[in-house]
Amino acid sequence: MADPLLKVTDLKIEATAYPPGEPPQDITIVEGVSFALEKGRVLGLIGESGAGKSTIGLSAMAYGRGGVRITGGQVQVNGRDILKLGTSGLRRLRGAEVTYVAQSAAAAFNPARKIMEQVTEATLAHGRASKREAETRAVALFDKLGLPDPETFGNRYPHQVSGGQLQRAMTALALCPEPELVIFDEPTTALDVTTQIDVLAAIKDAIRDTGVAALYITHDLAVVAQVSDDIMVLQNGHRVEYGATDQIINAPREDYTRALVSVRSIVHEEKQPGDDPVLQASHVTARYKGTKFDVLHDINVALDAGQTLAVVGESGSGKSTLARVITGLLPPSKGQITFAGRRLSSDLAGRSREDLRELQMIYQMADVAMNPRQTVGTIIGRPLEFYFGHRGAEKQRRVIELLDKIEMGAGYIDRYPAELSGGQKQRVCIARALAAEPRLIICDEVTSALDPLVADGILKLLLNLQKAENVAYLFITHDLATVRAIADSIAVMYQGRVVRYGTKSQVLAPPYDDYTDLLLSSVPEMKLGWLEEVIAHRKMESAGH
Amino acid sequence: MRGIPISALIGLAFTAAYFLAAIFAPLIAPYGLSEIVGDVWEPSSSRHLLGTDSIGRDLLTRMIYGGRTTIFIATMATLLSFVTGSVLGFLAAVLGGWMDQVMSRLIDLLMSIPTLIFALVVLSVMPVTIPVLIAVMGLLDSTRVYRLARAVAVDINVMDFVEAARLRGEGRGWVIFREILPNALSPLVAEMGLRFIFAVLFVSTLSFLGLGVQPPAADWGGIVKENKDGIVYGIPAALVPAFAIATLAISVNLVADWVLNRTTSLKGGRGG
Amino acid sequence: MHPVLILVVQRIALGLLLLVAASVLIFAGTMILPGDVAQSILGQSATPEALANLRAELGLNEPPVTRYFNWLFGVVQGDLGTALTNGQDIATSMGRRLSNTLFLAFWAAAVAVPLAIFLGLLAVLYRDQWPDKLISGVTLASISIPEFLIGYVLMYFVAVQLGWFSTVAMINDSMTLLEKLSAIALPVAVLTLVVLAHMMRMTRAAILNVMQSAYIETAELKGLSAFKVIFRHAFPNAIAPIVNVVMINLAYLVVGVVVIEVVFVYPGMGQYLVDHVSKRDVPVVQACGLVFAAVYIGLNMVADIVSILANPRLRHPK
Repeated sequence: MADPLLKVTDLKIEATAYPPGEPPQDITIVEGVSFALEKGRVLGLIGESGAGKSTIGLSAMAYGRGGVRITGGQVQVNGRDILKLGTSGLRRLRGAEVTYVAQSAAAAFNPARKIMEQVTEATLAHGRASKREAETRAVALFDKLGLPDPETFGNRYPHQVSGGQLQRAMTALALCPEPELVIFDEPTTALDVTTQIDVLAAIKDAIRDTGVAALYITHDLAVVAQVSDDIMVLQNGHRVEYGATDQIINAPREDYTRALVSVRSIVHEEKQPGDDPVLQASHVTARYKGTKFDVLHDINVALDAGQTLAVVGESGSGKSTLARVITGLLPPSKGQITFAGRRLSSDLAGRSREDLRELQMIYQMADVAMNPRQTVGTIIGRPLEFYFGHRGAEKQRRVIELLDKIEMGAGYIDRYPAELSGGQKQRVCIARALAAEPRLIICDEVTSALDPLVADGILKLLLNLQKAENVAYLFITHDLATVRAIADSIAVMYQGRVVRYGTKSQVLAPPYDDYTDLLLSSVPEMKLGWLEEVIAHRKMESAGH
Repeated sequence: MRGIPISALIGLAFTAAYFLAAIFAPLIAPYGLSEIVGDVWEPSSSRHLLGTDSIGRDLLTRMIYGGRTTIFIATMATLLSFVTGSVLGFLAAVLGGWMDQVMSRLIDLLMSIPTLIFALVVLSVMPVTIPVLIAVMGLLDSTRVYRLARAVAVDINVMDFVEAARLRGEGRGWVIFREILPNALSPLVAEMGLRFIFAVLFVSTLSFLGLGVQPPAADWGGIVKENKDGIVYGIPAALVPAFAIATLAISVNLVADWVLNRTTSLKGGRGG
Repeated sequence: MHPVLILVVQRIALGLLLLVAASVLIFAGTMILPGDVAQSILGQSATPEALANLRAELGLNEPPVTRYFNWLFGVVQGDLGTALTNGQDIATSMGRRLSNTLFLAFWAAAVAVPLAIFLGLLAVLYRDQWPDKLISGVTLASISIPEFLIGYVLMYFVAVQLGWFSTVAMINDSMTLLEKLSAIALPVAVLTLVVLAHMMRMTRAAILNVMQSAYIETAELKGLSAFKVIFRHAFPNAIAPIVNVVMINLAYLVVGVVVIEVVFVYPGMGQYLVDHVSKRDVPVVQACGLVFAAVYIGLNMVADIVSILANPRLRHPK
């Protein structure tokens, strides 16, 4: 039997870590990973951050990023061990036989050179086509990938095209030399969900039409299920499970894989709206200082005590601006906010201490939401001291109580934020908000910086706390799976307007408006063939119009 | 003292030695400051460890007293520039708006003229006394401190934890002293070391040009000036104070480097 | 108009504005003295009549604003006034000295700039190995050493002990270029040492910054040769930061010249300025200060304009 295109055997990868104030130490990033990839097949590498998936992907080009070293095992491409190649041998491999699509195309393109020049560069450098052939090929790829004006697209500079377009151009860059293997490193992660689906479909078509083999790296199992034939699940640099996509999705063998597949399957009974809203925004219109257009137009939403209103939308939809208006950081130009039966001052300075206490906020990046120079005890203790005047033993007792509520315990009281994991940091932020005994907590993308399983834990905690404390959440997110998991009512925002608003069952049931339809159908589902269904459905619809 | 790198220890030792010599100058110095005790430019001997200077004064004595003057002026100028620069910089960052604009543009203007040139222009009309020197050096140098303090504070001011404090209802005092200052301290302390070095070099340069500390008082730059003519005759007396300036500056630099490293690593946790 | 052109024009206008503001500052800086120029020329014992006469002669009885504008209009027309101490025309005495200073600065830059960029590149190529560590060590030392120390050390060892060059750097018109170069060899060496370490370190940082960009990784993963990666991908993006480094250091060099000229008794602007500061000859000090400020502001302006021109986002707007 012929050699597989790519064969990785017992891979070991190490790096040097520089913990502050300590001598540098070698750490193992990947150990004992083996797999093989046949010509024309697609293998998905999936795992959470720190699983080593990008590192493994780049090992197929014998490349280590920033001090990462491949220290053991074999990586064979077409039967030869590329770890034994010299500099010139590697040069002939990279950009010719194996190519790479980076996560952030915006950073991966040289700002000083035209797109066409960069797309054809590897092809020309390796003598795989003449300049004219390479450019014809590039234009054909631009066309196939659905880029506008494929003939002239390449004459532009990277900053002159959108992020989604640049990501497709990056795919063209990787396919232009007609390689045998392409490594896709989270190619759609940085994109909005409605853009992601188009790029994903374009990549899938291009792989199919060119018959190239691919390693597809992502943290999103639903995405990888759409494009790959096989999937390898990784955790902490080790292989957890490896099998056909169908088996991994529909019959996972390992607990970890099962957890990944069933993520966001929280069951949450929708509460019925009452008639006593804790928060009501009426006709809110706002713009930023010094700009000439409104970022929010006539927003009307209400939220009942002890319930969750999810505000969902893509970047630029104005959902975070709404949070700034409610907190008083951005006074609205029109409209008003009613909170707990009283009209809130539009400006932060005009709000009473009671207003501030009852309306708390949790941020997306827990890292920067806590003062790195304060201990967990100080961070949680300050609202107790500030709003209730608790001091000494009383404060200490309440802090420990709150630490128990967020399932962390008294042992963390003297830790600094830097000594906590991402999920723990977010929990401390939740405790800080709870310490004020608020009626409403604004949660601004609180789970989007976290790995799926950690995010799940945070969502469950928030739901339990809501039951126990009867606190309302205004939950801002771009992630519809999160919305399904926790919302009682939903407001869909698009370009500064609420385009759909109602209880969860109303909003998520047809008939839909165009935008909500687009948004809902773009969310990858953990189901084989989902991408084709959606694309076919959309084609039918646009043909019908 | 565990974990202090060897370079920082050396720096610390030299810095401490220079400062102690400055403080206890009258006790250590073997002769009087202006006492003529020997011939012109005597070589090093057991009576005069560093030899004598251009008019026969003991060079070691002049070095010790000179160090006292140099270090005193530099310390005072550093303190002045620090207090002025960081207070104004923090204020500009926290107040924002037009106050920030006006202050920052004025500082830009001051920095558009090289410090030495501007100092010379001002000193051409001012009486050159030690308080004037300290004021001129301190105020001119505070522009650099202002820029750093403002930049650091602006960065911290937009962090979510500062916003969280504002939303909690904390006053400006808490925000500046409890949220911003602890996080701004490490770059500022390291900068203080650099500003001190700069002040030492600056006052030495002015004195060397004859526009700093005036005779009969001595400082290191002035001692270089007094003895520079000896160089041509192969007498290295002028190199002694110059060498002292360099070692002091390097020592403080080593210490500042260490402080910066130590405090930034503290920010990243206490090693789990 | 092309947006880049607008930005460049704006930057030039800002430079001019800054220069005018600097002239106000320099003029105002000489107004804060206790007493006035007349007093400081004649000393404390001067008779009131003598003071009054001198004040009238110097135009000190006019309000400061009028005096400032008189001075400024003179400067714009090339009239820098006359020196108080010897009554000579400042522009004439300064001309020769300015060209001497520029001659010295030019050769220092001609040696230091290519050397610094070359060594900076070397430090990048041997990152974290001994050449790199040596460079960062030397930098630490060099920002701690006063210019005049380097001057005297070189003078002591090279000129006095070895007898290779002269301890004073006198030049005049009758000398050939070679003779002149030999005369300024030591000051040029000192100035080079003064700016070299800084420039090396900043060049290193600028190149490293570019080399750590994701598009360099893309280029490497295209299998391009090291030469192509550096020349086609790193270089176009490194020009602006390197030019910036060079300009900042040239501005620094202009100030360093003042001290070095005094050390080597070189007949340039620096000596001229220092001499007249001690003599409290205010018009000369003002004129020299303005010229130094103009050079400094000009160099910074050039640095910014190069950054604007090298930025592809500005050159090729959406």
